[in-house]
Amino acid sequence: MVNKNLVKDVVVTEPYKYGFVTDIETEKISKGLSEDTIRLISEKKEEPEYLLNFRLNAFRKWQKMKEPNWADLGYKKIDYQDIIYYSAPKQKEKISSLDEVDPKLLETFDKLGIPLTEQKKLTNVAVDAVFDSVSIATTFKKELAEHGVIFCSISEAIKDHSDLIEKYLGSVVPANDNYFAALNSAVFSDGSFVYIPKGVKCPMDLSSYFRINSGDSGQFERTLIIAEESSSVSYLEGCTAPMFDTNTLHAAVVELIALDDASIKYSTVQNWYAGNEEGVGGIFNFVTKRGKCLGKRSKISWSQVETGSAITWKYPSCLLLGEESVGEFYSVALTNNLQQADTGTKMIHIGPRTKSTIVSKGISAGNSVNSYRGLVKMGSKASGSRNYSQCDSMLIGDQAAANTFPYIQSQQPNSKIEHEASTCRISEDQLFYLQSRGIEFEEAVSMMVSGFCRDVFNQLPMEFAAEADKLLALKLEGSVG
Amino acid sequence: MQSETKELDPILEVNNLFASIDNLPILKGVTISVNPGEIHAIMGRNGCGKSTLSKIIAGHPSYKITKGEIKFSGKDIQSLEPEERAQSGIFLGFQYPIEIPGVSNLEFLRVATNARRKFLNKEELDTFDFEDLVKQKLDLVKMDSAFLSRSINQGFSGGEKKRNEILQMALLEPKIAILDETDSGLDIDALRIVASGIKKISNEQTGIILITHYQRLLDEIQPDYVHVMSDGQIIKTGESDLALELEKHGYEWTDNFIKEQ
Repeated sequence: MVNKNLVKDVVVTEPYKYGFVTDIETEKISKGLSEDTIRLISEKKEEPEYLLNFRLNAFRKWQKMKEPNWADLGYKKIDYQDIIYYSAPKQKEKISSLDEVDPKLLETFDKLGIPLTEQKKLTNVAVDAVFDSVSIATTFKKELAEHGVIFCSISEAIKDHSDLIEKYLGSVVPANDNYFAALNSAVFSDGSFVYIPKGVKCPMDLSSYFRINSGDSGQFERTLIIAEESSSVSYLEGCTAPMFDTNTLHAAVVELIALDDASIKYSTVQNWYAGNEEGVGGIFNFVTKRGKCLGKRSKISWSQVETGSAITWKYPSCLLLGEESVGEFYSVALTNNLQQADTGTKMIHIGPRTKSTIVSKGISAGNSVNSYRGLVKMGSKASGSRNYSQCDSMLIGDQAAANTFPYIQSQQPNSKIEHEASTCRISEDQLFYLQSRGIEFEEAVSMMVSGFCRDVFNQLPMEFAAEADKLLALKLEGSVG
Repeated sequence: MQSETKELDPILEVNNLFASIDNLPILKGVTISVNPGEIHAIMGRNGCGKSTLSKIIAGHPSYKITKGEIKFSGKDIQSLEPEERAQSGIFLGFQYPIEIPGVSNLEFLRVATNARRKFLNKEELDTFDFEDLVKQKLDLVKMDSAFLSRSINQGFSGGEKKRNEILQMALLEPKIAILDETDSGLDIDALRIVASGIKKISNEQTGIILITHYQRLLDEIQPDYVHVMSDGQIIKTGESDLALELEKHGYEWTDNFIKEQ
């Protein structure tokens, strides 16, 4: 008998299904980064002066900063002069309707399962489709506008809603927050903007789909979501990229702002190309995501399913300022082959009676390294605040590694922090039990993995949960050989 | 394939089987043959190789067969994966059913049942049809439907785990069932429930191997043959009265058989 049951040699045989490249004429600026590059990007986007200054200020700060090395990651040094900072598919000057979008682009998103055209578009979700550096199309804009909801690319928002941009951009993640956030602030090209007015429950889910197409350009998108008093929104984010044998840098910044009684739910399914079995190629995913619960009783909930990227470095966080505000973080991170993930969250309790919940599930297979890193901080005014954290790791095979780094700081005796952690391994006996009932080996593994992730999947919007389940199964297919 | 005349051929034949784990020999020449409708009991001291034999028949990957063969319905099954063996009708009731957190018992039972049905060219059951089926089978082992919504074996008492095993047997309708100490850890009532469940599930086409230490299970289910195992071999085979003698004299009594050999 072929002893394939020994959960040892982990090899992925399943090809990455989104690895195709769209052959399209693009407008790229030349490689390299300087003040001139930034002026050029800003000029291309016809930006107001305050934004150019925001960028230049960030760039000057970035130049003085050092690339962080505290994360549990190993990678080849990035040559920031060898990256193209602006790449856009060539299109007509002004696009007034989807009919004018290059059919090749529409086809690309079709292939990714994100149809944009009027006839085929998803009925319950509005989509902003971002291709390399620019937003291609946003669906349901008109319908949303009837409710006063603004959903557009950030470039458009800079033109049409400059007051909101000037007020909120950089207010959650300052330009000098960290190395990659500073870089993003200097060179960000596009992204999504959402504004939900007072008292409005957004009538449908909003979604951005990020697609990297060029091999040598970085993607630096910027997302800003503002939920006014008593409003609510559910936002979904998906990502894919073609397979290249070079590493592509993705350094995004996401800022969320929730005012009194507002709630924002932000869900991500990240499936950037992870590189091949030898660890060649793949996306470097260095992302800063942060939400500010500014208002009383406001709520920000992050849920993420991280399966792709060669390296993931991201900590979606909540600043809990408003009293009784709530922060949540639900995460599944799966790494295989030579992938590395260092992900977690920061829950900063500033206001009184604030609450946060952290549920993190890490699955490591192959030779991968999967780390949870999280900070829970109780400020001196956060009396009566509570945190509950649960971090579980699952190991598949005997070459994978899982780490948990929980940091806890409390300046407030009248607050409560609970932390639970566990590590488990899919045991041969559990697999044998399922197999001895006629269940195929791979299905048995995938049943156990999705069982392990159930607490987090339950938090995802329904369509996303099914998708996430399938994605994990796909990622692990043939992985336990 | 199976003609009328072949019906009396053995379902399971184990011929002179030698097997080891981590180079440590456990089975040292086991031979046993089970015909349709027969009930066999295997008894013997702890560590004599009873559980190993059952796991090897089910295809556990940790054991290595060094000599001999296992035939199921006349075919050598050594090259088959555990799931293929199960689909074709081999069932192992575990002595210690393992807990699998997060995986719903109902979903597990449905996937397993459909894998077997697919092999038998029967239509696979959707959630609703399966719920109807499983509810009938629950009665056989007097289980409450609340068991279905829990994770596999998680937080089940010893007796509940064993009943869950018999429920699986009822759903999978195997051709041969090897029940490894299904009676251990059961009180008298639970033992009767489990025994009557086993009897209702089996028919003249099914072969059963009961691995047990106790006569009380064999009072409920009369075996046709009793085998005594010691140090990786079957040292004596008799009819049901052999179990009674064993109960009377204890395993020390069987040491004489080895000397006789």
